[in-house]
Amino acid sequence: MSEPLDYIKLASNKPKGKRPYFHDDPAVERVLNITMAVAGELAVMRERMDSIERLLETRGVLTREEIENFVPQDKTQEEQRQLRHAEYIGRILRIVQQEMEELQNPDKTLEEIANDINQM
Amino acid sequence: MSARNLPPVWSKIAKHAVFPETTHDERARYNFLANLNKHLAHVSQGNKIAFDKRVEPKFEKEHGRKMKDTSELKKAMEKDPHYQVWSSLRRSTMEMRQQAGRSIVLRQADNLKEKAEKLNEGKASLVLDADCEVPNYLLACDNHIMPGSYHTELIDGDVTPAANYDTGLFVTTAGLLGTYSDGGGKAITSWVKKTYPDFKPKRILDIGCGMGHNVLPIAKAFPDAEVIGIDTAAPMLRYAHARAMDLGYTNVKFMQMDAAKTIFEDESFDWVQSTMFFHETGGKSIYKIMDEVYRVLKPGGLTLHIEQPQYTDDMSLFEKFIRDWDALNNNEPYWSKMHDIEPVDLMHASGFKKEDFMQIGAKAENDLDDGSNKAEEPEDHGRSPIWNVFGAIKN
Ligand SMILES: C[S@@+](CC[C@H](N)C(=O)[O-])C[C@H]1O[C@@H](n2cnc3c(N)ncnc32)[C@H](O)[C@@H]1O
Repeated sequence: MSEPLDYIKLASNKPKGKRPYFHDDPAVERVLNITMAVAGELAVMRERMDSIERLLETRGVLTREEIENFVPQDKTQEEQRQLRHAEYIGRILRIVQQEMEELQNPDKTLEEIANDINQM
Repeated sequence: MSARNLPPVWSKIAKHAVFPETTHDERARYNFLANLNKHLAHVSQGNKIAFDKRVEPKFEKEHGRKMKDTSELKKAMEKDPHYQVWSSLRRSTMEMRQQAGRSIVLRQADNLKEKAEKLNEGKASLVLDADCEVPNYLLACDNHIMPGSYHTELIDGDVTPAANYDTGLFVTTAGLLGTYSDGGGKAITSWVKKTYPDFKPKRILDIGCGMGHNVLPIAKAFPDAEVIGIDTAAPMLRYAHARAMDLGYTNVKFMQMDAAKTIFEDESFDWVQSTMFFHETGGKSIYKIMDEVYRVLKPGGLTLHIEQPQYTDDMSLFEKFIRDWDALNNNEPYWSKMHDIEPVDLMHASGFKKEDFMQIGAKAENDLDDGSNKAEEPEDHGRSPIWNVFGAIKN
């Protein structure tokens, strides 16, 4: 087994080629991207809740109150929950990470690359 | 019937032995993204409205004349708030799709590699070549903003670029290519069978085969043929081979090779195919690759290339501009440049006769189409599974 990959960071890497910004102020772009990611995660959660509700309904095994009062029961459960938060944040703050990556390794514009490639 | 055409749920995608494991939320994330893609096709309709109602009138008022080219149009459109928000959302959706795919496959990179190795081990039908260089145009930027592109190996024996591609294509195309994402390969196979019922190819070459999904329908339709897929990216080939083995194919071979300089003998193939390949090459390479196609094709052999729809003279400036969105904004830099070359001239330059040139339209054969999506669809430029196919018989 090789060293485990830092998949949280790697998954949000920027692709090579300068990122186009569409709004006059890049801050708008940044906020919109974060917002959309959050919107996505909310949709994910809704789908999960839907699965749970349907399963509970069919089996009749749980009450809403039990869910309301639940806290992690052991170290593994605690870590699983926290890891999910870490992944979540890496995902929704993707654009901030990519801007840092760009700052570190500035890219050519796609127009420049297209012209380069036209000579390749 | 629903008011809108809904994409199939992601869990309908075909699985196989090298297909990544997914959690409930990973599948849900892909469902959200496929829906977001579909939604944005509707938002895209506002671009034409903004253009007609405010962008063009403003330009004409300021300049006292019509716009003369797409670069003037681009400059004017880029200031439009609707175009800005649509573009920004579309870019963001593509980035989220990459993030979602990579977070699925990278967390199980070792596992995927082992699954592939198990199927690939000791098989003569997978030929990798560590000396094969990645073409320089693929190093210039990461195509369709896929970080690391097709070739990057994060671990030895990596297959994650292909596994990411396999899970995500279904999302970007909203499932319109079918369960195996092979709607293009199926369409071309049907067309060839119908048009040339007596064609019995013995050797078939697919250039830039990627994860091999579009060459498998050809291999299935011609079980007596030897089918070879080539690509420069080892991760794609490892995955393609393992996938094909698991799916029970016995007549396909995958080899790591540059399509511009293959090791094959002159006139050794009956059919040379490419699918969504040429628009991801470069201005000089495209000619070299076509020369190679001509060289390895037998006299009387067939070559076909599935590509983006051609631009026509009667296409409006606006349509050309919007069709080119992916070129600069989804890292497909050669996509727009390729429109400067007429396919007939490209083929003629390599020795194909102009009178042997052919061009047809093709539409994906989609096994998920159960006829329930009947709502009117907005045109989603550059994303619809409708293509231009060009080619020739070598005489
Ligand atoms: C967009 S993918 C197309 C994959 C597949 N044919 C399909 O139907 O989707 C382009 C593929 O071409 C490969 N490629 C690009 N240039 C190449 C070359 N000169 N020789 C061989 N493969 C190449 C890339 O590595 C990539 O896997």
